[in-house]
Amino acid sequence: MLITRRAEFSASHVCCQPSLSPEQNRELYGLAANPSGHGHNYVLEVTLEGEPDPRTGMIFDLIKLKEIIQQNVIEPMDHRFLNYEVPPFDKLTPTAENVAAEIWRRLRPHFDGSEARLHNVRLFETEDLYVDYAGDHQ
Amino acid sequence: MTRVTRRYHFAASHRLNSAQFTEEENRALYGKCNNPYGHGHDYTLDVTVAGPLDPNTGLVVKLPALDRLVGEQVLRDVDHRYFNADVPEFKTLVPTSENIIRVIEDRLKARWNSVFPGGPRLEKVGLQETRKNRFESTEDQAR
Repeated sequence: MLITRRAEFSASHVCCQPSLSPEQNRELYGLAANPSGHGHNYVLEVTLEGEPDPRTGMIFDLIKLKEIIQQNVIEPMDHRFLNYEVPPFDKLTPTAENVAAEIWRRLRPHFDGSEARLHNVRLFETEDLYVDYAGDHQ
Repeated sequence: MTRVTRRYHFAASHRLNSAQFTEEENRALYGKCNNPYGHGHDYTLDVTVAGPLDPNTGLVVKLPALDRLVGEQVLRDVDHRYFNADVPEFKTLVPTSENIIRVIEDRLKARWNSVFPGGPRLEKVGLQETRKNRFESTEDQAR
C-alpha cells in the first residue's frame, strides 16, 4: 500500500554552468539560465510503501513523516536561494532533477530499518513540470 | 532512472462519429460527443521522459528541445483547430482521446531519435480532455 504526503516550499535558483557560454546555457536550461535567478513554489510529494500495522491501522506515523520532511527539506530550503544557501547546490546545478534526487538522499536514511520504505519522491517545480525519483535502482 | 513530466495545454474541437455505424448507433455509442457540429475542450498533454541524470548538466532532458519538438510536432497543428477537419490523421480516424494520444505518440516518435540521439526515452503520454477524463499510453504497451 502506498501513502503520499505533500509539502511546499518556495525557493530561488539559477541553472547555469560557468564553463559554458550564455548561448549554451540558454539551449540547455532555457529561461532558468537567466543569471540573477528566479523563484518557484515547489510542491513535494513523498510516497511511502508498506503494510498497515494491524494495531494502529497505519503504514507509518504521519506526524513523524511530516517532521522528517520539515526538518530535512522544508527548513533548509524554504525561502532560500538554493545555489547560495543549500549545499550541494553551490557545486551542483539545482535543476528539478537534481533537487528531487537531493531530497531523496536526505529522506531515505530516515526509513532505514523502518516499517515503511521510501517509494518515490515527486517534485513539482511548476504545475507544468515535475520529476519523479525513486533511487538509483529504478 | 529519473522521470521528468512536462505539461502542455491546447484548445481544440472534435466530433465523434464513425462511418462504420448508422446515425442511431453513433448516437448511442458517443452520446453528446456525436452532436453534429462538434464541441471543444481545453486539453492537457503530459509528456513523460525517462533516463539517467546527466551528471554534467543535472538534466534528464533538455527542456527547450522537448518544448520545440512538442510545439512543432503537435501543438502547432492541433491548438485552436478542429481535429476532424484540420488534422490529417483524423480524416479517417475518429478523434477520441484514445486515438489522439496514439497520433501524438506517433508524431513524437517520428522525430524523437533525431532530437534525442542516444536517449532519454519517451516513456508515457497522458491526455486530459476534461477534469473527469484522463487517458495514458506507455511506450512499451502493446497496441
